[in-house]
Amino acid sequence: MLVTGKENVLVQGLTGQQGSFWAARMAEVGTKIVAGASPGRGGQEVDGVPVYNNVAEAAQQHDLDATVLFVPAMVAKSAALEAVHAGVKKIVLLAEHVPYQDTMEILAEAKDAGAQVLGPNTAGLVVPGVSSLGIMPGFAKNIFRPGRIGVVSRSGSLGTLICLNLVSAGYGQSAFIGIGGDPILGTTTIEAVRELDNHEGTDAVVLVGEIGGGMEEDAAEYVASMTKPVVSFIAGRSAPPETRMGHAGAIVTGDKGSGASKVKALTEAGATVVDVPSQIREALRSAGVEA
Amino acid sequence: MDLLEHFGKRLLHDAGIPTPSGTTAVTSEECAVAAAQFGPNVVIKAQIPAGKRGKSGGIRFASSPKEARTEAGQLLGSVIADFKVEELLVEQSVDIARELYAAVLNDPVSKGPLLVFSTDGGMDIEEVSKSHPEKVLRAPIDIRLGLDGTAAVKLLDGTDLTDEQRGSVADVLVRMYDVYRTVDAELVEVNPLVLTSQDAVIALDAKISLDPGAGPRHTELMQGWVAKLPDTATDLERQARELGLNTLIEFDGSVGVLANGAGLTMTTLDAVNHYGGKPANFLEIGGDAYTKATPALGLVLSNPRVRSLVVNFCGAFARTDVMTEGVVNAIEELRPSIPIFFSIHGTGEEEAIRLVRDRLQIEPYDLMDDAVKAAVAATEEMV
Repeated sequence: MLVTGKENVLVQGLTGQQGSFWAARMAEVGTKIVAGASPGRGGQEVDGVPVYNNVAEAAQQHDLDATVLFVPAMVAKSAALEAVHAGVKKIVLLAEHVPYQDTMEILAEAKDAGAQVLGPNTAGLVVPGVSSLGIMPGFAKNIFRPGRIGVVSRSGSLGTLICLNLVSAGYGQSAFIGIGGDPILGTTTIEAVRELDNHEGTDAVVLVGEIGGGMEEDAAEYVASMTKPVVSFIAGRSAPPETRMGHAGAIVTGDKGSGASKVKALTEAGATVVDVPSQIREALRSAGVEA
Repeated sequence: MDLLEHFGKRLLHDAGIPTPSGTTAVTSEECAVAAAQFGPNVVIKAQIPAGKRGKSGGIRFASSPKEARTEAGQLLGSVIADFKVEELLVEQSVDIARELYAAVLNDPVSKGPLLVFSTDGGMDIEEVSKSHPEKVLRAPIDIRLGLDGTAAVKLLDGTDLTDEQRGSVADVLVRMYDVYRTVDAELVEVNPLVLTSQDAVIALDAKISLDPGAGPRHTELMQGWVAKLPDTATDLERQARELGLNTLIEFDGSVGVLANGAGLTMTTLDAVNHYGGKPANFLEIGGDAYTKATPALGLVLSNPRVRSLVVNFCGAFARTDVMTEGVVNAIEELRPSIPIFFSIHGTGEEEAIRLVRDRLQIEPYDLMDDAVKAAVAATEEMV
């Protein structure tokens, strides 16, 4: 999912402490927040933004292009489905600990409705200088600045470190896509990488992965077909191997999941895999990507 | 969160899936009594939340109460795959004509439930899956529609099961899917799912993992049934859990690490290793736990092996000013004698850096790498 900054953005849970704090941070970057939705709070305003009782009511008054959900995990499904059914096409689901089967229901409905979902358990999306949807420090000038490197990251905190390293090295970002830390995600690594590959404003992709799951290996299959340079950092390569219950995980993901497996797959696909984030600068230079 | 076999089997049984007759036992005597009731031939299974019990000696066979008592005596109190055996499941042995494999689990690729089935079940299913992937059926399920009997029978079309066997196996698959949905499982696996010589279908094992995120919907299951931690957990790890910091893992290195978010914490450990040091712990205080910086730092410092400390914060949702205030409070209270190296960026960083400068007279590093290098060097100087 990418944004142009022209989107009319809804904030679900705008009246909450986090919702109002982050709505103001997002607006600092340039995000056009047109409405909020909080059950029972219809008619209120937060920093001049009108609040509605639900997404359907907000959608009657505004053309909503995107929504950011600051709602508790246990109500994420009903809140996200409200947005899907009201025709919102870009949905950023921040909550951690959303039940996985709730996520699956959201994603199935979103797919049928032609809506894109980022998350759950994501820090969101930043297009520096244009828009920020979520809880990334898109407003921080030492971490985000407009540029031509696309970043994909599961983690928000590590994504922040990577973006800091890029800006310190003189680079800027075309987009930061935080895909989220859950096993079931609306936007997977491969889907985010493909989006950046097709994005004219992106010259190179930095893929930030973590041990566990098979998403980086799956993305490597696509990386092999790319002409844009890909630099990757995989967190957790020094961690002890995880034990698994049952055989199903091994049957479904095969030998994928370890740091070694991810590094091998990405290296064979032509990506440069670095050992620490500070080496990304040198890797981009070597790949001919100028700041 | 993994359920012990006997809890998993109870869920299967309650859903109408046949399981062997049996009961649990916590002493050799109870095991002998159970063997008398369900025997003469019984299977005695260690109730630990670990796979491959058959291969690690956790499953025994007995043909009399006396033998059962002996086997139980060997199993109880022994340690298998890091777990102390404290409970056994004693079951009537089943006449096995064929071992099948069946599982329902969350699939990251189709983003929905996945049914996995094979007529080549048993201990070597992972090898079968690698060498003969065509022998393992995989069927994504639309979670909004679920799995009905007709669809389940159709799935089994390509197998060499008889029509009658297909019907009864399909019935078990549908019920397994119902269990998966009812308890918000991440995994419901039966291996082996046994066909007897009379063509009865029996679940000989049960591996059920619950989704902790769905815990609020299943408080009883979560409290009573979820399997315990490994008995190899250290005192520090146990203390951390009592404080609600479930992520602490202790290592044998000397560089203490406190960071926020799993990704950044792993990266900090990777950097410690990369620059020649050894981390003393993994502990992240991201997400909702970012307000727990004070007790978290107390834990890291209570490890006597720690000779230096790296505090690495990159604030997104987790505000670095809030975390740093917690850390600074802890340092002022505990007055640690070891050197501490900070790197702080992101949400709240200006206030956070000011706190460290003003109250601790420490200058944070701009690059994580430099903070880590300094911490590693500090441990070497002290050797």
